[in-house]
Amino acid sequence: MGIWFSLVAVAALILLGLLGANVSGLNYIFAVVIPYIAITLFIVGSIVRIVRWARSPVPFRIPTTGGQQKSLSFIKQNRLDNPSSYLGVLGRMALEVLFFRSLFRNTKAELKEGPILTYGANKWLWMFSLAFHWSFLIIFLRHFRFFTQPIPFFVPFLQDIDGFFQIWVPLIYMTNAVILAALTYLFFRRVFDSKIRYISLPSDYFPLLLIAGIAITGILMRYFFKTDLVAVKELMLGILSFAPSAPSEGLSLWFYLHLFFVCSLLIYFPMSKLVHMSGIFMSPTRNLANTNRMRRHVNPWIDELKMKPHTYEEYEDEFRKVMKGAGMPLDKEESHVS
Amino acid sequence: MYGTGKVLIGILIFILAFTSPILINMAGGKASVKANPVLPQSGKCIESKEYMKGYHMEMLDIWRDKVVRQDIRFLKKADGSYYMLNGAKAEMSLTKTCMSCHDNKAKFCDECHNYLDVNPYCWDCHIDPSLAKKGVTK
Amino acid sequence: MSLKMKPEELAQTISYKPPKKHWMDVRVEYKKGSYNYAGNPESLKYVHQPNPRKWQPYEENWKLPENWKEIILEGFRERIDKFRSLKLFMDICVRCGACADKCHFFIGSGDPKNMPVLRAELLRAVYRKEFTLAGKLMAKMAGATELTFDVLKEWFYYFYQCTQCRRCSVFCPYGIDTAEITFIARELMNLIGVNIDWVMTPVANSHRTGNHLGIQPHGFKDSIEFARDDLEDLTGIRVEIPINKKGAEILFVIPSADYFAEPHYYTLLGYMALFHEIGLDFTFSTYASEGGNFGSFVSHELMKVLNAKIYAEAKRLKVKWILGGECGHMWRILHQYMDTLNGPADFLEVPKSPITRTVFENTRSTKMVHITEFTADLIKNNKIKLDKSRNDHWHATFHDSCNPARGMGLLEEPRYILKSVLNNFTEMPDNTIREQTFCCGSGAGLGTEENFEMRMRGGFPRANAVKYVAENNGVNLLTCICAIDKATLPPLLQYWVPGVEVGGIHELVGNALVMKGENERKTDLRNNPSPGKEDI
Repeated sequence: MGIWFSLVAVAALILLGLLGANVSGLNYIFAVVIPYIAITLFIVGSIVRIVRWARSPVPFRIPTTGGQQKSLSFIKQNRLDNPSSYLGVLGRMALEVLFFRSLFRNTKAELKEGPILTYGANKWLWMFSLAFHWSFLIIFLRHFRFFTQPIPFFVPFLQDIDGFFQIWVPLIYMTNAVILAALTYLFFRRVFDSKIRYISLPSDYFPLLLIAGIAITGILMRYFFKTDLVAVKELMLGILSFAPSAPSEGLSLWFYLHLFFVCSLLIYFPMSKLVHMSGIFMSPTRNLANTNRMRRHVNPWIDELKMKPHTYEEYEDEFRKVMKGAGMPLDKEESHVS
Repeated sequence: MYGTGKVLIGILIFILAFTSPILINMAGGKASVKANPVLPQSGKCIESKEYMKGYHMEMLDIWRDKVVRQDIRFLKKADGSYYMLNGAKAEMSLTKTCMSCHDNKAKFCDECHNYLDVNPYCWDCHIDPSLAKKGVTK
Repeated sequence: MSLKMKPEELAQTISYKPPKKHWMDVRVEYKKGSYNYAGNPESLKYVHQPNPRKWQPYEENWKLPENWKEIILEGFRERIDKFRSLKLFMDICVRCGACADKCHFFIGSGDPKNMPVLRAELLRAVYRKEFTLAGKLMAKMAGATELTFDVLKEWFYYFYQCTQCRRCSVFCPYGIDTAEITFIARELMNLIGVNIDWVMTPVANSHRTGNHLGIQPHGFKDSIEFARDDLEDLTGIRVEIPINKKGAEILFVIPSADYFAEPHYYTLLGYMALFHEIGLDFTFSTYASEGGNFGSFVSHELMKVLNAKIYAEAKRLKVKWILGGECGHMWRILHQYMDTLNGPADFLEVPKSPITRTVFENTRSTKMVHITEFTADLIKNNKIKLDKSRNDHWHATFHDSCNPARGMGLLEEPRYILKSVLNNFTEMPDNTIREQTFCCGSGAGLGTEENFEMRMRGGFPRANAVKYVAENNGVNLLTCICAIDKATLPPLLQYWVPGVEVGGIHELVGNALVMKGENERKTDLRNNPSPGKEDI
């Protein structure tokens, strides 16, 4: 059900994109106006999400500890999985964000005859997720050749590495192949793993399909249905230097589709689960040092918990007689309440 | 907002990362510079301008394979006759054929290639004929 | 406690294949043996909790207040603004499913709503409906659902099928912590009086008498003195056990089961022997005679008021610092919450072992030291004499309790002690220990008789790992540092791995401890013949 809903949504986007490419009056809207709207919504929307999270306090320091704490001098602390310093937290977050440390732990539980439970290493999800995210990043950075003048140093560098094998003309970039493979895995995992299918929402299939749409139109444009790249760059530079020009005739249908998919992704991003990109940095089980007993963490609303503890005085008043009988020390010999 | 300092740093990094193309363009001041390949005054290319824009690299790749791997040196038209260039059969050669008209690598090839950061490995082996004339070797 | 189904039969009922129907269309069914009875109205009244009444979860009428939906939604809104964790965890889950088979309840039941992701989705669906535009407009397509009585029944069933063990949180790429989600879901339900008795009655007891079991001061003293007599019979040494002693150097806080239940009791004997041997100036308190905190299983407010007694008593008794016994969730609260809830403890001194002069720098703000940190330091400094061979009748393994493992990182201290007091020690398989440890299946207030089947299911992964080392290595003792473990692992092991006993670290310390002037030990602390003394 969710799959069909997402497919229909992506099909609708394709039709819209085709409209933009084919109706000359709409070219400007699809090539200039929508990109501006999309970039603005993406940046503003993402900031709004971050600020909304930030407006809620972190009332308790609740890191999930993934290794040995810092305690006695002769016991070796696991500084990355259970950090107790700012540097350690930076390290933990870097491992998490750059290498998906937690997902790397993934196992697969299996119930066998006996009954015996086994937990085999299961790195596929980790591998393909990491491949997907890194490919996406590298592809995005490579696109700076269309976005900027002068072109930053990292673009030729990334192009050289990404096209290292020098196969095909134009060169095949590894990331292009990898992102398609990773998207395929992530999508089919959702479809064919009954557990994952059971928990999946349309909003889980949709971004995969949308990003696949971006990748596929991009690849088609690079290798099969060429578009005028000089015109593409002129358009992008115009937009990104606030001097937009009318879109050139040379821009192909594939380019319009590609651009429209990207704009859809930008707009969809801040209102979807894709905000995990910024959310991960704010996750209190990961971004706090396990210094709980070393430094006091202050909760701004703690005094709103109004209930009063049962005091020792009240306690002694209630149990004075039996305490006295048992020969236990008392603060007062007689109750002050009569 | 809580943890304002750190959150603001985070937001700042986010903004810088995603507006960096805009910032680079502003700082560089070259966003309005366009690719401006100098075209030969006369003569007719073997294919249309539109085709050449998109597919010249694939054509050159095919030429290379034919010449190097199949020893087919001369360029044929669709009807099977040979292209002629300066009274001789035109070779499938970047330097001898293409660049006999497009004779300035810097002002023709490099214009778009640099504009789009394309680094074809043609020049790993070939050298620009105009430079060769001046005695510059690779 | 018993379960008619044999272990093999129970295992055969487990299928990880989810039903055909969409999860929102599957209604919860209250299966006997898989839920807990409702909170006793008298207990609720004692701690001023809302809507005290007689009701049971299997009944159709839960006697909720008219406006229960508004109460919950208002409470939800309030908590979104108070807990960044909640707001973030509602927003960023991508449903990658890495957590799915990490939950002991899912592994043991196969119920898809026991996948942590889906447990959280129960709350998220309502969050989307009420607090997001897409949820309001697109309902089910956006994974949103209205809060109905059926949804509430589902919440109650599944949020009381989570032991807040945090194992899923270790594997989540964003650190989404189901313990936090369960904590807040239970707090929301508590706003309309939907809670369980095994939590609420201990809370009321602890509020009144200082401990979950409701033991009054003289009862506490009797228990301790009984233990003192037992220890004298075993060792020939009569130890001093101060209670409510003003001016002692250290306040010692333990879970109440230690002085009222087996096998906890043997750990208590171990503490007593150890403290006597090193001449520790400490005191018990009857007012703060509970380290555990069942308040933390239902609301932050109750957690705070119950926890407040520890600092209050430390202040009243004018001690220098606090030492805490072997307990799991107790240490999650002490380590991650106490200082924030009831600190600053500026009336105390930074803990320093009077025996080794070691300063526990890691506790310089909270001023509370874990007993295994304390004892490991003693052993490292050769301050006690240990005879490992006295534990030769045991081949032990160590069960990391969820909270010290994943809410603290107390992993090596107990192992260091174990290896110093015991010759035969074998770890369970890697994916079942340390930060990946499996819950006993009965934590967070779920250790009841009526919930027995679900406990056996939830404890299955733990028991299965024990079975592995029992069969392959001859392990016959499962050691742990948690009172709930000590109460609930014995029936669990009896069901899945008969023949393996459960014990505390300080029980083994007590066995191995060579005391000055002691009689020859003919038995261990359990009255089992000591190794080599079987014929006597």
